Amino acid sequence: MKLLINGKTEPLKQTCISVSELLQVKNVEHPEAVSVQVNKEFVSRTDFDSTLLNDNDEVDFLYFMGGGTY
Amino acid sequence: MGLSESQTERYSRHIILKDIGVEGQEKLLNGKVLIIGTGGLGSPAALYLAAAGVGTIGLVDGDTVDLSNLQRQIIHFTPDLERPKVESAAEKINQINPDVTVNSHNKFAKAENILGLVMEYDFVIDGTDNFPAKFLINDACVMAEKPYSHGGILKFDGQTLTYKPGSACLRCVFEDLPPKNTVPTCSQAGVLGAVAGMLGTIQTAEAIKYITGVGNLLENRMLTFNALAMEFMTINIKRNSGCPVCGTTPVITELQDYEQPVCDLIQKKNPME
Ligand SMILES: [Zn+2]
Repeated sequence: MKLLINGKTEPLKQTCISVSELLQVKNVEHPEAVSVQVNKEFVSRTDFDSTLLNDNDEVDFLYFMGGGTY
Repeated sequence: MGLSESQTERYSRHIILKDIGVEGQEKLLNGKVLIIGTGGLGSPAALYLAAAGVGTIGLVDGDTVDLSNLQRQIIHFTPDLERPKVESAAEKINQINPDVTVNSHNKFAKAENILGLVMEYDFVIDGTDNFPAKFLINDACVMAEKPYSHGGILKFDGQTLTYKPGSACLRCVFEDLPPKNTVPTCSQAGVLGAVAGMLGTIQTAEAIKYITGVGNLLENRMLTFNALAMEFMTINIKRNSGCPVCGTTPVITELQDYEQPVCDLIQKKNPME
């Protein structure tokens, strides 16, 4: 399958993958601190396991950057 | 009110811009911007807002200038060490542009004082370095219906979005503070000084656009960049009906101070992914 991850097309071996599994496949280190949009809708963290991604879905990972350095 | 002869000359490069002109410059001179945090992001913001002739600039920071600040907090100079940051910043603003009135608040933004501060201004710039303050600013601006620019930097990365009443807020994207221990401290991870300058000037351009009413703000969009790859990316974001502060049934109805270690960041392997 193919996914559009943060604007870039990425082929995946899997034919079906959940948001949680995708976070693992992409080696996201702190998935508990990443927000995920699928097709421009935010997915609640509690639904990461149950949300399955389809071919050509758009997925956005948003990382929080907390610095501003007073 | 009309511009004086010296103002016409000082702001001539703004005035010849079709989108700004005399009218836009007058809006700037009547504009009021609050900068929360006069550090890495607040320094360039304060300098450019002052030079642009934004008539009233509010500064909020309870910190003093430390030697390790000078690598990026460019409004503070070596002789300013140990001085209150707002005092050091106010002095530079006055030197750059006597048209500007500076309101210095030598304290940190807290749940008890932030609403009173943001109410006095047209636009707020988040130049803070920690999650609790960023969420506090977001919640206060949502409640006060005050537009603001969120900014965050770490290492070689920056991110920013502009909130306007009705658009997606920070909590639409990040519901709550990330869990502790997922995040080392800023002083451990470091930040490129120029990255602070890049992001702080983007935030300043947003403030100026808002006041003059030109262009498209970073509303419902989050801009992120990585200075190593020198790649910029804008992700469209949508207001979240389940947002705890601006959603259909908000659970956050009053401000509170959140507890978290200062200057958190999130380690990630793929900065632009
Ligand atoms: Zn929201």
